[in-house]
Amino acid sequence: MITEMIPTQISKFEVKEQPLLSIRDLHVWYELRRFGFGHAGYVKAVDGVNFDLASGETVAVVGESGCGKSSLMKTILGLNVPTSGEVIFDERNLSKLTGDELRAYRFDIGYVQQDPYGALPPFMTVERILEEPLIISGVRNKKERLERIHKALGEVKMHPVEDFLQKFPHMLSGGQQQRIVIARAMIRGPKLIVADEPVSMLDASVRVEILKLMRALQEAHGLSVIYITHDLSTVKYFSARIFVMYAGNLIEKAATRRLLENPLHPYTLALLAATSDPDARNAETFKEVPPGEPPSLVNPPRGCRFHPRCAKAIAGLCDEKEPPDFTPEPGHSVACWLYEDKK
Amino acid sequence: MKQNLLKVRDLVLHFRTEHGDVQAVDGVDFDLDHHKAVVVLGESGCGKTSLSKAILRLLPRNVKRYSGQVHLQGTDVMTLNDEEYRKNVRWVSMSLVPQAAMNALNPVLRVGDQVAEPAMIHLGVSRNEALAQARRMFQHVGVPDDFLERYPFELSGGMRQRVALAMALVTTPALIVLDEPTSALDLLTQANIMNVLKRIKHELGTSFILITHDIATSSELADEVAIMYAGQIVEVGEAKDFFPAPLHPYSQMLMASVPRLRSETDPMFITGQPPSLIALPKGCRFAARCPFRMEKCSEEPPVVTQGNRKVKCWLHAQ
Repeated sequence: MITEMIPTQISKFEVKEQPLLSIRDLHVWYELRRFGFGHAGYVKAVDGVNFDLASGETVAVVGESGCGKSSLMKTILGLNVPTSGEVIFDERNLSKLTGDELRAYRFDIGYVQQDPYGALPPFMTVERILEEPLIISGVRNKKERLERIHKALGEVKMHPVEDFLQKFPHMLSGGQQQRIVIARAMIRGPKLIVADEPVSMLDASVRVEILKLMRALQEAHGLSVIYITHDLSTVKYFSARIFVMYAGNLIEKAATRRLLENPLHPYTLALLAATSDPDARNAETFKEVPPGEPPSLVNPPRGCRFHPRCAKAIAGLCDEKEPPDFTPEPGHSVACWLYEDKK
Repeated sequence: MKQNLLKVRDLVLHFRTEHGDVQAVDGVDFDLDHHKAVVVLGESGCGKTSLSKAILRLLPRNVKRYSGQVHLQGTDVMTLNDEEYRKNVRWVSMSLVPQAAMNALNPVLRVGDQVAEPAMIHLGVSRNEALAQARRMFQHVGVPDDFLERYPFELSGGMRQRVALAMALVTTPALIVLDEPTSALDLLTQANIMNVLKRIKHELGTSFILITHDIATSSELADEVAIMYAGQIVEVGEAKDFFPAPLHPYSQMLMASVPRLRSETDPMFITGQPPSLIALPKGCRFAARCPFRMEKCSEEPPVVTQGNRKVKCWLHAQ
């Protein structure tokens, strides 16, 4: 039963030797200046992130606001310049790309924004919104452009297509707007889609529909998807792996099913415990929530960044030395000293 | 017979707009007992925020029709004039935590003064007494005492939400209306706020109307559940009956659309869209999206009582 729920794209699409996206020791720091000049420190939004993403693989990055997941995403999209470390996409090093190469790179990635209404220009019709990326990427033939727009709208199940072409974003419902955003991300045939909380602004009854649509598109085209979310309950319907992010680090990486069955990091455990399922019995008990709040990224705590909130913190170790990634079971890594002897 | 804290009967709130009349709240009935919490669940645009405004009489200028009965502790507050309502009801026996309240704090005033203000104005107590009361409420919502002296920008989102809650509590009303109190907060902060609300319910005996679209989180506080669709309440009942087996087809489909962490059911979605509140269909408003639609559904469905539960649907009529 569980195996049916988890997307099986890894077996469907041969994983190539070379990962599609490879992130090596990535740091994204923003400089803080006092009164516009004079150095005042850094906001360490992404601080030493490593991962590989195979072609056709879906991964969810789960974390709370301010954990650096948007900075990570923007760096992958080529909107931020990494402070150090490398982003290697399809054997191209992102930081070395310039001009036309960078443009070509951006045609290979699609971006699905969080707020569809904010992401669509209000003064453009659906046709114009979808035509623009084609014009920019050099599709000169108007007939070809229209064909591709029709195809893209059909793929996101906007039927009949003709009814929507001349509409403006405000004439569409939230779910339809999000379909247009997805169609726009898909229209140039990208290899990777970065979806930033694509359903958090939508109503409950539409959420699942959009997630299922994205999964169908992902399977049909063998896309790689990075799904950024704070909602653990939607993850298992969509991605094969989960990365949990806290204060600029990926603290736990595992296959979705393993992570939900056997969560290891105390922060992951706290996130899972805080996620409610609709059940009347919830009202009878209090939830266990770790005290305090995520640390400032300007001056994060020494050692493990979660240690001030962690009930299992080991004095003299967790507050001194930053934990490296341990691998207590194959394919499941966790940055926590509790699992040191199990590597 | 035991007296209900709140009894709402046939509450109607229609707005006048350029395109026609918006029937945001259209004949709402429900009851709420002392020390209980009712959750009003609905999707965006179903009229749930308008319902909170109608109960608290916080009306915009374009009201077309505002009628019905709202019995609070035995008095029909709809018969009071605005001045009496302001003096005796709003904040005194019933207060509101509006949507995004944490962003509505005045940035240039200390939070302690802001929390104390309703007590000074509505209860007529001195500033020192009001501040002492604010301090007590800060303890109830779990904000450290010395935060009274701080400004909103010095507080995190979760702390500001607690301050907004303390402000609603400072006059010790019997009922608090919470409009989406956790929707802009992070997961762990949400869990914290729900813990605070549960504790206040136990410690102070306050009743809550919790208005939200977040079904999973709402179950943390709910004693009763009311499902709202297109301006009407289609089902109301106790949480322990509702969550395992909703009655109305809309409630059933809405519950089936919630992704769950701890079960392997495949979530469903509801095709189509809710009707526009300007041009409502005749008969059942959910009929166009309902898989169990019958001929009868083109007529106004009756409210069927089944034990403690009520459901507005032909399927449950004899």
